[in-house]
Amino acid sequence: MAGTALVGIGATEFSKNSGRSELQLAAEAVFAALDDAGLAPADVDGLVTYTQDANQEIALAREVGIGDLTYFSRVHYGGGAACGTVAHAAMAVATGAAEVVVCYRAFNERSGQRFGQPNAGLGGEPSSQGLEMSWHVPYGLMTPAAWVAMFAQRYMHRYGVKSEDFGRVAVAMRRHAANNPAAWFYQRPITLADHQASKWIVEPLHLLDCCQESDGAVALVVTSAERARDLRRTPAMIKAAAQGAGAGQMMMTSYYRDDMTGLAEMGVVGRKLWEISGLSPSDMQAAILYDHFTPFVLTQLEELGFCARGEAKDFIRDGGIEIDGHLPVNPHGGQLGEAYIHGMNGIAEAVRQIRGTSVNQVPGVTNILVTAGTGVPTSGLVLGAAD
Amino acid sequence: MTGTQEAEGHERALRELADKIIAQGEGPRLLTPSPVDRTMIKHWAEAMGDANPRYQGPDAIAPPAMIQVWSMDGLKRGDRPRLPLDDMFEALDERGFTGVVATNCEHTYHRHLVPGEHLTSTTRMSDLSGLKKTALGDGYFVTWNVTWYAQDKPVAEMIFRLLKFRPREERCPSEERKPYPLRPAVNRDTAFFWEGARSGELRIQKCGDCGELRHPPGPVCPSCRSTERTYAVAAGTGTVYSYVVHHHPPVPGRETPFAVAVVELPEGVRIVGNVVDRAPAEVEIGMPVRVVFQAMDDELILPMWTPGSPDANA
Repeated sequence: MAGTALVGIGATEFSKNSGRSELQLAAEAVFAALDDAGLAPADVDGLVTYTQDANQEIALAREVGIGDLTYFSRVHYGGGAACGTVAHAAMAVATGAAEVVVCYRAFNERSGQRFGQPNAGLGGEPSSQGLEMSWHVPYGLMTPAAWVAMFAQRYMHRYGVKSEDFGRVAVAMRRHAANNPAAWFYQRPITLADHQASKWIVEPLHLLDCCQESDGAVALVVTSAERARDLRRTPAMIKAAAQGAGAGQMMMTSYYRDDMTGLAEMGVVGRKLWEISGLSPSDMQAAILYDHFTPFVLTQLEELGFCARGEAKDFIRDGGIEIDGHLPVNPHGGQLGEAYIHGMNGIAEAVRQIRGTSVNQVPGVTNILVTAGTGVPTSGLVLGAAD
Repeated sequence: MTGTQEAEGHERALRELADKIIAQGEGPRLLTPSPVDRTMIKHWAEAMGDANPRYQGPDAIAPPAMIQVWSMDGLKRGDRPRLPLDDMFEALDERGFTGVVATNCEHTYHRHLVPGEHLTSTTRMSDLSGLKKTALGDGYFVTWNVTWYAQDKPVAEMIFRLLKFRPREERCPSEERKPYPLRPAVNRDTAFFWEGARSGELRIQKCGDCGELRHPPGPVCPSCRSTERTYAVAAGTGTVYSYVVHHHPPVPGRETPFAVAVVELPEGVRIVGNVVDRAPAEVEIGMPVRVVFQAMDDELILPMWTPGSPDANA
């Protein structure tokens, strides 16, 4: 990834009902990102999104006036794709396949197809994924909250973790979001008591362990470090980008390997990021950790080497993830607080932290880690300031 | 006799009876079981949530919509004389039209009634429809008119219609069940498992060459690349390795809350299934369980888990 940078970020508002099509959301976010970068649609020659995105690259190109495309690709595995889109874009730029690549994710995930709802069709598909799901869906184990809860229960049992330990993540994210005007939960912090009183979704997860569902779009512009020097914004250098899947990997249900208390795939991503960047956890001044459900924030802290196994609860209890903590996590409020844009809004926040323009700016951020969807094959980034 | 001939025979007989009863006109004028009564007015107004002051106090009048109440038999039925209309219902019942659902009721009121008035009523059948096909089943609509009198002057009238239908034949639950909506995808690599469940066996894929056990199964042995697949029948015991209790959102084909567990088998593999026969709140990690096979519909049988140690099973 050497010599590539994130030079533009753009987003729509984050809502529960956008009132417009997903393609329109995508187009608006791309315009915003290009304006931010000081680039025109005609400069773009590559597009990357999620396999799950409903907007084809060519459809988006038609809407925003992008002409010839020399690179387009998609990344699979739900929210695990987030940093993967940037990884693909950076590789395209690094190899010369394209010069300016836009990564995008747009959906009406709240007002349209909601991921949190059971989908009876998932188990019946004759694909390898359908067969994989068939060991779980017939038993009613078929929502993301339920899949995560199964890991969380074992993790709690193994390390003596309490529901309150998960709750502290939600409280921190909502505290950060309360100061972020772009966040859905702007000025709406919660207490640990609120968390404990919120209804069960799937035990051991309360409602406030689960991130919100959102409508919105985010777009990111990737180009070469060289070109970045001439652009409007301070570039966020892509110091490392990686994807990862672990042995015995499944989509959200890797219950048949190891002790079920880690996230092997995130370990793969972490090791690769440190290897590529030559950096280590102690070099990070902040982190964007994928937070669709609170328990996996703890697991990630451990898997990525910020604390030892079973100690994330203590790290968090000691204020480690607060803005002034040892490792400020998700200063924008994360998906629990800002919006659920499948991890892409977190990458935008990482860029702001490098630029020094976040509403919850962590002082002196020269390196920041970003992760993508947990429980699925995933991805990660290390972004940093230009030398 | 064919079904059609039988139906035509029914229709003819019922039509003849209906014509005869309708021709009889009004039946006998019967004194209602109780006079218009202040206490009953009070109860009715309370039950209906009707706070109209005209139904209260010493000058109360009877709510007009109460008119049928004055003719009701009360809990002890059978004292009332038989009406011609009863012959109609009996004839329908005899021919299998035993179901009943009221469809229309129209009242006309000529004046208010006051406590102490004694009423009589007459009943006159006015129509029998042809045989109708309805969502409830085939049946006939029966219509009759009731007139209430006070001192020989009509004070209220009612047109009442109901459907007497032949209930659709209820299928025995074991004969045909509603398909369970959460069906597994099954292919040639996994069919042995589901066939096993149907025959009461919990099957674990076993490599035909190196003997390795594996769940969930797949086409190639990850240890030795063999595609020679066989299976072992599990002892059917295990322990809860992890579990969840699902509350929200609702899941098709399921009642919440329900428990799902990852169960560790003594054979060395894990499998996911519901824990049944135990309140979800009582499920815990380490709990011994044994397999039970639960029929979800006519085709699908799912292995599930019930509390119990191997000893309890012996």
